[in-house]
Amino acid sequence: MRMLTFAKRNVKEILRDPLSIAFGLGFPIVLILLLSAIQANVPVPLFEIAHLTPGVTVFGLSFITLFSATLISKDRSSSLLRRLYTTPMKPSDFIIGYTLPIVPMAIMQCVICYVVAIILGLDLTVNVLFAVLFIIPVALLYIALGLLCGSVLTDKQVGGICGAILTNGSAWLSGIWFDLDLVGGAFKSVSYLLPFVHAVDMERAVLAGNFADIFPHLWWVLGYAITFFVLAVFCFLRQMKK
Amino acid sequence: MYAIKTENLTKKYGDLVAVDSLNISVATGELLSLLGVNGAGKTTSIKMLSCLTAPTSGDAFLNGKSILKDTDEVKSIIGVSPQETAVASGLTVRENLELICGIHAFNKEKRNAKIAELTNLLGLGDVLTKRAGKLSGGFQRRLSIAMALISEPKILFLDEPTLGLDVLARSDLWDVIRALKGKVTIILTTHYMEEAEALSDRVAIMKDGKLLVCDSADAIKKAAGTDNFEEAFIRTVKGVTAK
Repeated sequence: MRMLTFAKRNVKEILRDPLSIAFGLGFPIVLILLLSAIQANVPVPLFEIAHLTPGVTVFGLSFITLFSATLISKDRSSSLLRRLYTTPMKPSDFIIGYTLPIVPMAIMQCVICYVVAIILGLDLTVNVLFAVLFIIPVALLYIALGLLCGSVLTDKQVGGICGAILTNGSAWLSGIWFDLDLVGGAFKSVSYLLPFVHAVDMERAVLAGNFADIFPHLWWVLGYAITFFVLAVFCFLRQMKK
Repeated sequence: MYAIKTENLTKKYGDLVAVDSLNISVATGELLSLLGVNGAGKTTSIKMLSCLTAPTSGDAFLNGKSILKDTDEVKSIIGVSPQETAVASGLTVRENLELICGIHAFNKEKRNAKIAELTNLLGLGDVLTKRAGKLSGGFQRRLSIAMALISEPKILFLDEPTLGLDVLARSDLWDVIRALKGKVTIILTTHYMEEAEALSDRVAIMKDGKLLVCDSADAIKKAAGTDNFEEAFIRTVKGVTAK
């Protein structure tokens, strides 16, 4: 009950911020439209709609991290969390209350991207449904990152670190906008030590119906998601006691 | 039974003793002001009493419940209005009040009744549908106090409730606090001497984590040998005794 009340409040806070809508939904759609237009004029395999859309759905989640981190850090700086810590709310109410409402938002963001892609010519197959389902572990990874950043950073730092570094990292190291083989070497090796390219490769495999190819990418995504969640819970509980 | 009783309540941060063996008792329905210069230990004391931070040693009992052993019970009888307004800026005034009602698991009837009561008490009727982030400082403070009061606390902590308010807004809030006196035990921290003198039953003055005096404003003035409370505070903190 307490957790649901808190989760409901978090949904309202995020959805009432026009920037959330603009970046969370508008920006991924603009990317799909723009790159599809480029693809129509100068065909590039990387930007074919079936190859591009899974990447954009993953990249769009970096804004989800930004929303969740901003919400938590603002709640800390405004002392709203301090007020709520003096109520009978449990630590689990806070952590689930911040996580739960963002999952459907991430799914909705993914669904809208696929609807736009289908309008632009993506084949409507059952694999689209699977791609939406497989976005859930990726969403949990990005939400955990948001919870972690929101627990340790100020709202100004969140803008810089999540807004700039994470979104850029998520773009450059994911193989969405260029093939990592083109750079190769250490850049590619480092990219494959991080979860972003694994999330994109997994989503591309699911959409293509190559389910055998989702491994080991799924393990990388789940491994990072669990690690970030454990770290996030630890940091959140630590700042609660400060 | 005292509403609040502390027993050698101490908080250390490394070598710094933020609160040093605080022993204080507050009667039910009393309004006690905590005064002191910055770093005196006022906010740390409130944080310990409201279970936000654990004491290094000692204990405190709120309505007989230990802040160490009965944290959940203590949290269910207190309300806190922090130094910052601590409101959800994207929610309306009504939604902020509903949030706290939901956290305290009020049913619909009780929720609506409490919102109506506090809207009336704190004069929030005209801004009920406005977003909290768009309110003036004075109304945000009122909302903050309403959020602290909506759970029907037995003990209310007001941490610098009139900080940054203009004269009229402060006067309005004083009226609200006066209306609560006797019904709720209130611990108020403030830097405004006239506020402490006007509102308090007793005033506790702290310095470097230690309690220097806890008495009525008149008794503190008498002990300091002055009719001016601000002067009495300065003399008490500086350790100047009455001639």
